Amino acid sequence: MLAKRIIPCLDVDAGRVVKGVKFVDIRDAGDPVEVARRYNSEGADEITFLDITASSDDRETIVHVVEQVAGEVFIPLTVGGGIRTSEDVRRMLNAGADKVAINTAAVFNPEFVREATSRFGSQCIVVAIDAKRTSGEGEPAKWEIFTHGGRKPTGLDAIKWARKMVEYGAGEILLTSMDRDGTKIGFDLELTRAISDAVTVPVIASGGVGNLQHLVDGVVQGGADAVLAASIFHFAEYSIEEAKRFMAAQGVEVRL
Amino acid sequence: MSKTIAVIDYGMGNLRSVSKAIEHVAAADDQIHVTDDPELILQADRVVFPGQGAARDCMAAISNHQLNRAVLEAASSKPFLGICMGMQVLMSFSEENQGTQLMGLFPGQVRHFPESRDAQGARLKIPQMGWNRVSQTRPHPLWEGIEDQTRFYFVHSYYVDPEQPELVAGTTDYGIRFTSVIARDNLFATQFHPEKSADAGLRLLRNFVNWQP
Repeated sequence: MLAKRIIPCLDVDAGRVVKGVKFVDIRDAGDPVEVARRYNSEGADEITFLDITASSDDRETIVHVVEQVAGEVFIPLTVGGGIRTSEDVRRMLNAGADKVAINTAAVFNPEFVREATSRFGSQCIVVAIDAKRTSGEGEPAKWEIFTHGGRKPTGLDAIKWARKMVEYGAGEILLTSMDRDGTKIGFDLELTRAISDAVTVPVIASGGVGNLQHLVDGVVQGGADAVLAASIFHFAEYSIEEAKRFMAAQGVEVRL
Repeated sequence: MSKTIAVIDYGMGNLRSVSKAIEHVAAADDQIHVTDDPELILQADRVVFPGQGAARDCMAAISNHQLNRAVLEAASSKPFLGICMGMQVLMSFSEENQGTQLMGLFPGQVRHFPESRDAQGARLKIPQMGWNRVSQTRPHPLWEGIEDQTRFYFVHSYYVDPEQPELVAGTTDYGIRFTSVIARDNLFATQFHPEKSADAGLRLLRNFVNWQP
């Protein structure tokens, strides 16, 4: 049977891992290559890099990061952040990325997703969705797409948007709950379930992981095909191997 | 002795992963050519035939690059490794794109995964994306050092259904049991991506680079 995937995510700013990574046996915890190597040896199923570089001068650095990692870590690599044109996609794939995640650019120009998937194939285009609950207490659940780190509403319904992106060719959905991101209280399971049931392609749950039970819940209750987490792995609270053993003990199929 | 390894580049998919992984396992003096030149492919000691994307686009690209003869000749004369679409296009016909004629080296169809559910009743997602087990249905030098039921990385919506059961060297379960590896004489082809399958994948590539069929 296909294993549920665990995907550590690294925020990279001007070529360095930020948000803190603490491993006792790592010389330079800001070096994305070293961190990626470490996650690979712990059994990560994929690695995602989120480029949060603000200055356009430093944007080229993520390309070198991907090139270096791809030369020695032989598992799938995804790069997101600032992917706006087919040329951006091509550059990342040529550098050694296997998939790119398109977020804001998809909202402002959905045709870009269609163009990228027809040119490069659905298998390498992930659409990242940042969703926030907009329904009140007692109302039927409803989520809206937000941009700019959850600050700007778009008026787009998250479920309809996910379906549309799959129609446009997205091979996978990376779903982040902006309500849960950074809270460590667990995924928005209702949102995860709603999106996972609404689309035929795999869904990666993201936002809110604080412990290993949350990973299990995301898969079992949320119906996610993969779970993405950053801080619980960065601060070495848990290793990826520990997370997988925990999930396996709860009956989740994982690659050990 | 130094070898030349050709990675066939016909514009379908990202070949950097494949060439990097081969480089990683090959001997230091081996030469790796990522190429669409039929002459280089015919001269190489061994050939890797990757591919991603839709069947019709792949067939069009093979024909535009005038690679048909070189691929078929390499596939029947020297160590040859097909990966993903590089496995599928060896069959005779694909259901993809309202039906696509393939290279026809092996009789058989390429089919779309049927809709199905797992043991818990959850609908299986298409594409199959992630790590799944491969049952080694017979011994083969490329399985050397790789345990039966090892997981490899898959990304695909279609699978091969060869007419000749003796071609099958590995199977995988995803709603149905499908052929994930075929092998005959000097040819080995996988639906999964060895270049993305961590240690097990690298081992398989190393076995290929050293294979003397």
